[in-house]
Amino acid sequence: MQFFIKLLLLSVSAVALAGCQSTATKPSAAAVEDRSSAADGGATTASAMDGDGAFRGDALDNPSSPLSRRVIYFELDSSEVKQEDRATVSAHARYLAGNPNAAVAVEGHADERGSREYNLALGERRGNAVRQLLLAEGAAAKQLQVVSYGEEKPVTLGHDEGSWQQNRRVEIVYTSRR
Amino acid sequence: MLTRHHLLYCLLALWLPCSGAQAALTIEITEGVPGALPIAVVPFGVEGQGAPPEDIGAIIAADLKRSGRFAPLPERDLLARPHEGREVNFRDWRVLGIEGLVVGRIRAMGAGQYTVQFQLFNVFQGTQLIGYSIPTSTADMRRTAHQISDIIYEKLTGERGAFNTRIAYIAVSGKPPAQTHSLQVSDADGHNPQSILNSKQPLLSPAWSPDGTRLAYVTFENKRAQIYIQEIASGKRELIASYPGLNGAPAWSPDGTRLALTLSKDGNPEIYVMSLAARTLQRLTSNLAIDTEPVWSPDGSALVFTSDRGGRPQLYRMSANGGEAARITFEGDYNARGVFSPDGKQLAMVHGTGGQYRIALLDLKTGAVRVLSDRTLDESPSFAPNGAIIIYATNEGTRGTLTAVSVDGRVRNRLLLQEGDVREAVWSPFGPRITLQTDTKPQSSNP
Repeated sequence: MQFFIKLLLLSVSAVALAGCQSTATKPSAAAVEDRSSAADGGATTASAMDGDGAFRGDALDNPSSPLSRRVIYFELDSSEVKQEDRATVSAHARYLAGNPNAAVAVEGHADERGSREYNLALGERRGNAVRQLLLAEGAAAKQLQVVSYGEEKPVTLGHDEGSWQQNRRVEIVYTSRR
Repeated sequence: MLTRHHLLYCLLALWLPCSGAQAALTIEITEGVPGALPIAVVPFGVEGQGAPPEDIGAIIAADLKRSGRFAPLPERDLLARPHEGREVNFRDWRVLGIEGLVVGRIRAMGAGQYTVQFQLFNVFQGTQLIGYSIPTSTADMRRTAHQISDIIYEKLTGERGAFNTRIAYIAVSGKPPAQTHSLQVSDADGHNPQSILNSKQPLLSPAWSPDGTRLAYVTFENKRAQIYIQEIASGKRELIASYPGLNGAPAWSPDGTRLALTLSKDGNPEIYVMSLAARTLQRLTSNLAIDTEPVWSPDGSALVFTSDRGGRPQLYRMSANGGEAARITFEGDYNARGVFSPDGKQLAMVHGTGGQYRIALLDLKTGAVRVLSDRTLDESPSFAPNGAIIIYATNEGTRGTLTAVSVDGRVRNRLLLQEGDVREAVWSPFGPRITLQTDTKPQSSNP
């Protein structure tokens, strides 16, 4: 009996679906599967403090390591990595050199000012500037994937210099740790 | 053949029983116009069984008002409500200073079918300028109203109307990092919005095919910028460009056979042209700078694009076959996203000076630049197919909105989504012209 009810429900929904399909020539919204995955946080890594306060575990998880800094900020319309950020980039380059199976996405971003496609190109240029430094300091090309999001993925939505500063950035995102 | 199909799609677009409700765009007129032609559109009479689903007279009046070329008399000020010529007493209208008069009648034929009859009069001369009756249906009635607006506009201004057209735009809701993005298509007056693509990842740069049946766009659904072409009516879509690096800024050639685009597969962003049939690529620029945002001149002979080869982003022009590029913008420290007027004589662009980004018109003959917008973060200009209006994206407080401005800068309409941001509106090409056969004969009336 239950089976019969289920069957009945199924056929009812099939009819409802068929009703929709008969309008298949309408502008139908194409569904897009979201393939984003937070690989950086995907694997759980155990880490702990020693009794003496020294950090054990993956250096990527040490909050006092320069590796904990994964965002580099830029001036307006510039792709020059500032002197103060060189140490951060170097630390990631050394980590990548020492962990040949580790890999990063180098994600370039721009603030909202100006045109969207130009900002897409600018984000790529910023990503490539960081990539060049990583390569120069020992990372291998196959460990680095530059992706530009232009102004499409702001950290914050404000229309002021404070917000724009936060949005003009490159994020180093570990897609594989070792 | 193509135009017949296009017509069919437009008809079907109006009848969507199974689609989810979309956030409607509302339009408000923010600036009036001195010198607009005083016109009266009398609410249409109704005959037969069943109330018509739309107030055709109100739609026509709103269209004409939005154009800025006409000042329709508010309905409450009407002294008489004639529905056909012999009921018109022209003195009534001359007293009010009305120069054009539109009257009409909707006849219900049953089974959702209607006939709409309308007449346009020159009030001072007391003569009929045009009169037609048009068969339509429940689903098609708004479109019929826009077609009537187009006929009236063309008769009185000598230019083709663009009321029976559509816009595509990107709607974004939510806060980072959980924003949702959708590509929507609505009528040019913001009605009847339909999502044709929804994504949790960014969408940008929609571009209409010249026949108005497809959109090219950039999507990040696979975690990087790729170009798809989607058929609007069926939702069928195809991945067009997925080279290493950027795949962006798609622009259809006027004949619809090629796509100009930006690829960085060879190291940095360059302009390419892809033949859509053979999928072959021709690289047109070769430069260490950023080259992007190609657009075709209306005759297909030239491309204008954005490049920072001179240090800052400026617009350059080159042959559609490649070769030397010549800089064409010299005013302002940032000029990008150029788009040709339909007559090819002007470019609308994002014009940045002193940290203010506005929409400006560049006269290609004289080089004169005229700023059309008045905010600080304006972008993405797009011409109506008749060249009379430019729609662009701007901000209203923290909200992204669209504004439509007449090319003379005198009329401004704001289009606001009910919630979230709306941006990157692109105006469709003209639809097929309506075939008019039944002319309502000029009728005698009281002079």
